[in-house]
Amino acid sequence: MSILVNKNTRVVVQGITGKEGSFHATQCKAYGTQVVAGVTPGKAGQEVEGIPVFNTVREAVKKTEATTSLIFVPPPFAADAILEAADAGIWLIICITEGIPVNDMVRVQRALYGKATRLIGPNCPGIITAEECKIGIMPGFIHKKGRVGVISRSGTLTYEAVNQLTNLGLGETTCVGIGGDPLIGTGYIDLLQMFQEDDETEAVVLIGEIGGDAEERAAAYIKKEMTKPVVSFIAGITAPPGRRMGHAGAIITGGKGTAADKMAALESAGVRVVKNPAEIGEVVKSVLG
Amino acid sequence: MNIHEFQAKQLFAQFGIPVPKGKEIKNVKAAEKWASVLDTPVFVVKAQIHAGGRGKAGGVKLTKNKAEVPELAKEIIGKTLVTHQTGPKGRKVRRLLIEEGAGIAKELYLSLLVDRESGYPTFIASTEGGMDIEEVAEHTPDKLLKESIDPAVGFQGYNGRNLAFGLGLPELEPAVVKPFFQMLENLYRLFMEKNASLVEINPLVITTDKRLVALDGKVSIDDSALFKHPDVQKFRDLHEEEPLEIEAGNNNLNYVKLDGDIGCMVNGAGLAMATMDVIKLAGSEPANFLDVGGGATKETVAAGFRILLKDKKVKGIFINIFGGIVRCERIAHGVIDAAKEVGIKLPVVVRLQGTNAEEGRRLLAESGLKVEGVADLWEAAQRIVALRKKK
Repeated sequence: MSILVNKNTRVVVQGITGKEGSFHATQCKAYGTQVVAGVTPGKAGQEVEGIPVFNTVREAVKKTEATTSLIFVPPPFAADAILEAADAGIWLIICITEGIPVNDMVRVQRALYGKATRLIGPNCPGIITAEECKIGIMPGFIHKKGRVGVISRSGTLTYEAVNQLTNLGLGETTCVGIGGDPLIGTGYIDLLQMFQEDDETEAVVLIGEIGGDAEERAAAYIKKEMTKPVVSFIAGITAPPGRRMGHAGAIITGGKGTAADKMAALESAGVRVVKNPAEIGEVVKSVLG
Repeated sequence: MNIHEFQAKQLFAQFGIPVPKGKEIKNVKAAEKWASVLDTPVFVVKAQIHAGGRGKAGGVKLTKNKAEVPELAKEIIGKTLVTHQTGPKGRKVRRLLIEEGAGIAKELYLSLLVDRESGYPTFIASTEGGMDIEEVAEHTPDKLLKESIDPAVGFQGYNGRNLAFGLGLPELEPAVVKPFFQMLENLYRLFMEKNASLVEINPLVITTDKRLVALDGKVSIDDSALFKHPDVQKFRDLHEEEPLEIEAGNNNLNYVKLDGDIGCMVNGAGLAMATMDVIKLAGSEPANFLDVGGGATKETVAAGFRILLKDKKVKGIFINIFGGIVRCERIAHGVIDAAKEVGIKLPVVVRLQGTNAEEGRRLLAESGLKVEGVADLWEAAQRIVALRKKK
C-alpha cells in the first residue's frame, strides 16, 4: 500500500509542451508513472515523448481517463489551470508552479471547498510512491520502497531526508511535498491521517519550517490521533523575524511562527524532534528499532 | 513588498478611505512651502521609513506653530532612526509625510490579511488602537475581533455589523457607524484589487468632530502579484533594501543578509534554512540565507559567489548542493570557474550529494584550488567552522 498515488494512477500533465513540463513529464514516465496525456491549449495533436497532447483537460480526461493532474503552468495562469482540472473531474491535482498570487489561491481554495478534488501544493516538488509512481520534480533514484512516509513543506530538504532513509535501508512508502506557500491545498493533518491508516507505513517524517502554525496544528492532531511514531525536523531556528526565507510562507510575523515554538509543540505531542538535519534518518532508525 | 505610509495613504484615498490631508516632503524648503498652504491647527511631521516604532525613536513630531514646521523637518530629514524593527544599524530618513493633525476622541485598530488556516481574507479589529497589536494579542486576546470574508460573495452587511457591534461602535459614537461600514467595504476592495498581503490602520481614529480617519497606514503587496500592478511597482524604494539583496534579486537569487561570518549558498529554500541551522549547531553563525534555486546552474553559482564575497564579514564559505535534477559535476565546474574568476582566498567547503556527487568531488580535489569537497552534511559543517576558526 501507499497513499494517494500508485502504479495504476493515470496522469495528465498541464503545460506539457513547456521546457519544465516536457522535461519532467518525460522523467516521470521513465520512472514508471502512467503519464497518459498532456495539455497545452492550441497544441492538440502533438506528442511529447509519445504522450498525446490535448487542448483542454476535459478532452484529455474523456480520451485517456486520467484521474490525476500535474501542473507546470506559469504563475499568472496556474489558478485557472487548477480550476480547469477540478472542473474536468480530476480528483488529485498536484501543482508545482511557484509564485502564484495569494489572492488567486484564495479564490481557488474557495472554489474547491466541498468538492471531492484534492489539491497538493502549489510551490511543491510533488508526490512519489517509491518504485511505483513519481508525479513531480524530485530525483527518483534516491527513493527506495520501504517503511517511512514523508511530509514536507520543502523540496531539496526532503531529498536530503529521503536520501538518509534510503541509505540506512529504511526506505519510504510515499513522500509528499505539500508546498512552501502560505496557502496550500492539503496540509499535514490529512496526510498524517492517511499515513496512520496505511498498512505499510510504520513511521512518518514531518519536515516543517518557520511561518504560520501548520506544525502546531499538526502537533495537536498527532497527540490526539496518531499511534505511529513521528520524527520531525523544523528548519529556520536561525531565521530572523520579519524576513521571508525563500518560500513565500516562510516568515515569522509578530513573534508567531518561530521554529522554537513549533519544536516545542511537536515535542509536547510526543514527536521526536531532530535538531540536526543530518540525523533525521538515524533517529527514524532508532525509533523503529 | 512594503510601501511607505504616505504611499499607503495614497492608496487609501484612491479607494475612498478617509486620511488626513498631507504630502510627501523631501527637503526643508518643500516643508516650508507646504506648511504655508496647509490649513490646520496642528501640523504632524512624520519620518517615512519601512519600520514601525517611529514615534518612540523621535521620528514623529507635532507642532501648532506653522513657522516651526521647517525646523522639525530639518531635525528629522537625514536622521538615522533606530526602532525595534530597524535593527541596531537603524534606517536613514529621506522623506517625510507632513499632514494635518486630528482631534482624537478614540483610537481603534483595524487590519485585513489572509488567514492561513481558512484561506479567507480576515479583518482583525480592536478597541485598543495605537498599541502594539501583538501585545494586545498576547495579553488581552479577548479584545481582538476577527471577521472572515467569504471570497465567493465578498464583503457583506453582516460582516460589518459583526465588527461594529463587536467593537461597541454604536455606543462609542453612533455617527461613525455608517462610515465604518463603508470603510470596511473599501478596504476589502483595496485588498483584493491591489493584491495586498496586509492592510493595517493603527490607529483608526474617531475624531472629536465625529469623523473616522486612518491616522496611520501600512500596506504590503504580494510580491507574486506585482506584475499586475505597475502603479504599485513604482512605490518600491531601493533605499529601504539591503544593496546585496537587490543585486541578488537582479540575478534571480534569493538572498537575506544576516550577521554571522559563514557565507552559505544552497539549492532550495528549506535546505538553505537547514544549512544555516547546521552552521550554528557546529559552533558558528551564518552570514546569510542564499537559495540559488532547485535548478542551480554554473551561472547562478558564480553570481552567488560574487554576492557572498561582497559581504566583508564573511570569513568562510559553505556550499551545500543536493543534486537531483541538477548534476553535481556541473555545480563543481561552476564552483571551480567562479573561484578562479573571482580569486577566492577564503576557505571554501562544498558539500555535494546526489546525482554524480563523487564525480563532482573528484573535480574539486583535482582543481588545485583550496576548495574542499565533502559528502556528509554534518562533517562538512564542522569542517568549515574549523577552517574559519583556524584562520
